[in-house]
Amino acid sequence: MTQLVLFNAFNGLVVGAFYALMALGLSLILNLSGVINFAHGGFLAIAAYLAYSLIPRVGFWGGLVIAPLLTAVLGLVVERLLIRRLYGRDPLYSLLLTFGLAYVFEDATRFLWGAQTLPYPVPPSLTTPVSATFFFLTGYRVFMVLLVAVVVTALFFVLARTRLGIRIRAGTQDLETVSVLGINVRVLRNLNFGLGVYLAGLAGVLAAGMLGLEPTIGSSLIMPSFVAIIVGGLGSLPGTLLGGLLIGVASGVTTVFFPSASEAVIYVMMAAVLLVRPHGLLGTAGRTA
Amino acid sequence: MSWLERHAPAIILPALLVTMPWWMAAAGGYTELASRIVILGLAAMALNFLLGFTGVLSFGHAAYFGLGGYGAAMTLRYLVPSSAVAILVGVVAGTVAAAIIGALIVKLRGVYFAMVTIAFGQVFYFVAFRWNRVTGGDDGLTGWSRLPLRARPLTLDIQRNDLAFYFFVLALFGLSVAAMGLLLRSPFGRTLLAIRENERRARFLGIPVERHVWLSFVISALFASLAGALFALLNNFIDPRALRWDQSGNFVIMAVLGGMRSFWGPLLGAGIFVVLQDFISTRTQNWMSFVGAFFVVIVLFFPRGVLGFLRRRVAV
Repeated sequence: MTQLVLFNAFNGLVVGAFYALMALGLSLILNLSGVINFAHGGFLAIAAYLAYSLIPRVGFWGGLVIAPLLTAVLGLVVERLLIRRLYGRDPLYSLLLTFGLAYVFEDATRFLWGAQTLPYPVPPSLTTPVSATFFFLTGYRVFMVLLVAVVVTALFFVLARTRLGIRIRAGTQDLETVSVLGINVRVLRNLNFGLGVYLAGLAGVLAAGMLGLEPTIGSSLIMPSFVAIIVGGLGSLPGTLLGGLLIGVASGVTTVFFPSASEAVIYVMMAAVLLVRPHGLLGTAGRTA
Repeated sequence: MSWLERHAPAIILPALLVTMPWWMAAAGGYTELASRIVILGLAAMALNFLLGFTGVLSFGHAAYFGLGGYGAAMTLRYLVPSSAVAILVGVVAGTVAAAIIGALIVKLRGVYFAMVTIAFGQVFYFVAFRWNRVTGGDDGLTGWSRLPLRARPLTLDIQRNDLAFYFFVLALFGLSVAAMGLLLRSPFGRTLLAIRENERRARFLGIPVERHVWLSFVISALFASLAGALFALLNNFIDPRALRWDQSGNFVIMAVLGGMRSFWGPLLGAGIFVVLQDFISTRTQNWMSFVGAFFVVIVLFFPRGVLGFLRRRVAV
């Protein structure tokens, strides 16, 4: 029993790592530009399918590196051509636009790669269990959690120490002042969007290795990312990370006792958090408008 | 504006709606399509009560729509063989859920409010999807149908007579729309407009903003769940897609497409949306791309909706 709970808790941690990675990208875009990027799941799916098509040429590792980067470029283009026009307007419009894009992306993946589930090849060096007692610790899962940890650390380092990161954080606080200080806010938002989409792309390639490929992979992962942001606290990136991991583990543990509620439990958690702390675990009351 | 211009909608619109089954048939449609337009129009107008007239962005109205549908369907399937009771149960289910969820989220605003409403909508989707034994799961709830309305000594056979059902729907639509219109003209409705225009100022005037937003949310969900109940009766079927986020998005696009600053706009939006969907989905498998592209085009080129666009043309 303990082993079963541990197994599912670890599973949940892995899933939570995806949620966190995806939600961090969403959060970055939301905080700086006030846009709920509904197409985030679409970007995730595109990255996963791109990696699938690239693997025969560049191998698993090549796909892992190149596909998210290509998707980030797509993100830069989409921001430049479409989303930029909607800054400063009612958030309703960017929400609807990205919602429409999510439809188009999902349909495009179905059209280009087919509706059936595709197996995603993972190198054998990553599929062997790490130890016999803890059979569930396959190399791939351990690798994923470690990679996410590295990427998240890198992200927080970029935000804390680099010029770009400092500008993103400053812009989140007060975009107008940042603009007055002579920083090109358009470029800043563009790069920030690309960075967010890159994180979604990475989550997509990793998720494909565990869940296989389906056109609906994006739309099934985006809702938990929303919940992660809300649970963690609006406007707080550490909160988003915490929220993602928490709901992942909660859903994993629930699988043991009440499998059919494993999806619903995260929403119950969200309700509980909102009841006690309306602004999320690490959110601050000031950032609700 | 002349008298005629001011009162044109009040004369033309009812005439169009009452005769819709006939001109729809002449234009190549069918009675069921007319019923669908009126029902989804009611849902979009209900959403717009909150969206357009209170200025609060809910992106999760499919939850209340779907709860209304499941409430009605499950009542007919398991509890009482009465269409009227079924509708009542559906409306109560949706409204109660909205009252509880609304109380949790009423302090949030803007994008965050939208995001929380999206996420909450999914709870009911997963419940309907997973609870196979009761809800029929992904396949939907079948094995029931709407029943004739009986008020002794009269009987209205909405079960077999599509036209009777259309007029039944239209009557409920008329009552609901009248109620919403009256509410918007009342001091309560004016207060909602004040909150939409400037929430801070409204608060300084001593208006309990949270309570008003909550009430508006619940009223909006009440009519949305009525629409949902009627939608289930229309199809004699309900499945989890009625609860999913894409359905919520469809309601929002209907409201925006018609013109969310106008009272009747969402009905027009629903009409255009339903007819297009009917047209596209019978001709191509890639209807999702078309709908998605449609969203993008509306947002970029017709953000004020058809009515807003026309009004501006007239003004210039």
